[in-house]
Amino acid sequence: MRIVMSKPGLDGHDRGAKVVARALRDGGHDVIYTGLRKTPTEIVGIVNDEDAEVLGISTLSGAHGSLIPKICDGLKNSGLGGVIVFAGGIIPNRDRKKLFDCGIRAVFGPGTPTSEVLEFLQEAITRKKNNDPVGVGEDTGWHWS
Amino acid sequence: MALELTKIQDLMDAAKSGDRRSLSQLLTAIQSGEKIPETTSDPWTLGVTGPPGVGKSTLIGKLVERWKSSGERVAILAIDPSSPITGGSLLADRIRMGGHASGKDVFLRSIPSGKDVAGISPFIGEMCSILSECGWSRIIIETVGAGQSEISIIAFADRILLIDGPDRGDIIQAEKAGLMEISDIIAVNKSDLPGAEAAAREIALSLSLVEGDERKVHLVSAIEGHGIDELIQEIESCNLNSGSKILRMKQRLLSSWNSLLTEHHEIDTLLDELCDGSITVSDAIRHMAITLEFGDE
Ligand code: B12
Ligand SMILES: Nc1nc2c(ncn2[C@@H]2O[C@H](COP(=O)(O)OP(=O)(O)OP(=O)(O)O)[C@@H](O)[C@H]2O)c(=O)[nH]1
Ligand SMILES: [Mg+2]
Repeated sequence: MRIVMSKPGLDGHDRGAKVVARALRDGGHDVIYTGLRKTPTEIVGIVNDEDAEVLGISTLSGAHGSLIPKICDGLKNSGLGGVIVFAGGIIPNRDRKKLFDCGIRAVFGPGTPTSEVLEFLQEAITRKKNNDPVGVGEDTGWHWS
Repeated sequence: MALELTKIQDLMDAAKSGDRRSLSQLLTAIQSGEKIPETTSDPWTLGVTGPPGVGKSTLIGKLVERWKSSGERVAILAIDPSSPITGGSLLADRIRMGGHASGKDVFLRSIPSGKDVAGISPFIGEMCSILSECGWSRIIIETVGAGQSEISIIAFADRILLIDGPDRGDIIQAEKAGLMEISDIIAVNKSDLPGAEAAAREIALSLSLVEGDERKVHLVSAIEGHGIDELIQEIESCNLNSGSKILRMKQRLLSSWNSLLTEHHEIDTLLDELCDGSITVSDAIRHMAITLEFGDE
């Protein structure tokens, strides 16, 4: 899979994003890391230009509530509703429902073993292969829990 | 997943009228081996190569910044190696190009080179043609200059910039692999660090040993912006008919020929026959040469 790993907003915590990016690479994926401080518009543009099938969003600054929906809307409005989107970092449980409703398919917090992230991706890819809805713009109640 | 020919044509039409989504999908189609109708465009291409970490991406970021402000639309194909063990890759050139790697006048595609670096070279030429057809006026190909297989990629650029760093001695490797020969412009980056000047002198010395070699060595600092104007000037005025052109054409011919041979419909049978000794290598070549199939027929 071609995966874009992104760091939106002013958040400078990049360890988690790098750890996950490396784990995904070691899982055999092609990972494109955006670097720090990207706007939602820039991230949508990168997903498009790289023709990525999956987008990872890492955020620890507390701005997930506004940034993540903006990215999801941007993808949907750019014909990229088929992209699988998942997130990680410091995202309290109470905020997750709203993100799932936007089309995010998984949220991983601190201490997540990277093997679980790979398991999620495997499941998401299987769904995509079976033509089950799993993209950010596709209607489904499914998410990783 | 073979796309139908009409689908490809639709993508091309949409991409040419400025739809970035279609352009992006078209590049993916090319990379997965899809045949694209010939274009008439004449792409402006620059290859940037050199040892790992010398600052290729950072320097490209600077070039992009200058070109963007003079109204050019810049596309970059950044080729990075994949892990030979897992097959995965971490494509990080984008980070170093900084803020200049996105926006409406910049298009960056990261390309994992896979197990077989030389194997992607035939696609590069097609990607450049499509990008040019879609109005990208400057096309940059970045690849780590490590060996013979990278030469087959960079040869698809019409002008080649070889970058080295201070105190690396890596240029000697590059020379071994023929990268020095095929390059039109040579620069030593990180002139803000000690050792850069000495490295530049050393390279200049080795160039001066070849009679008629007029290339000079540029000292630049991608981070501090020194020497960039002169470098751009040299890139813009680069003589496309220099001695390296014939080397480039030879590389292009070789890699296209290679891919024709490896795509030959009988290759598996021929390999089996070679293994059991029922034919010789020259038998195989002769047979393949007269039964070659071309994509455009
Ligand atoms: C290290 C650290 C820093 C370092 C960052 C170094 C760096 N380059 O990353 C420094 C010292 C610079 C720093 C600065 C600040 N920090 Co700080 N920092 C931390 C700390 C202690 C650990 C973060 C970390 O690196 N963890 C290790 C990595 C591997 O884990 P991770 O990022 O959580 O990632 C894992 C998962 O979340 C998940 N994951 C993460 N991203 C993604 C993405 C995807 C797609 C997937 C699938 C999974 C995934 O997988 C990873 C592996 O399990 C946390 C507290 C904590 N325990 O989390 C605070 C914390 C994040 N920081 C915090 C704050 C407030 C700051 C500062 C504003 C100032 C301050 N008070 O310290 C500055 C802001 C800097 C900036 N510009 O953004 C707060 C954030 C509060 C909030 N969100 O409401 C925290 C939570 C501390 C706290 N409890 O107050 N910080
Ligand atoms: N001091 C100094 N450091 C530089 C300069 N240019 C680049 N660097 C640093 O060199 C490191 C590598 O830069 P990149 O631009 O990623 O180099 P690269 O050649 O593209 O690397 P690969 O694509 O991995 O082969 C980074 O840490 C840069 O910040 C420069 O002019 N001076
Ligand atoms: Mg680079």
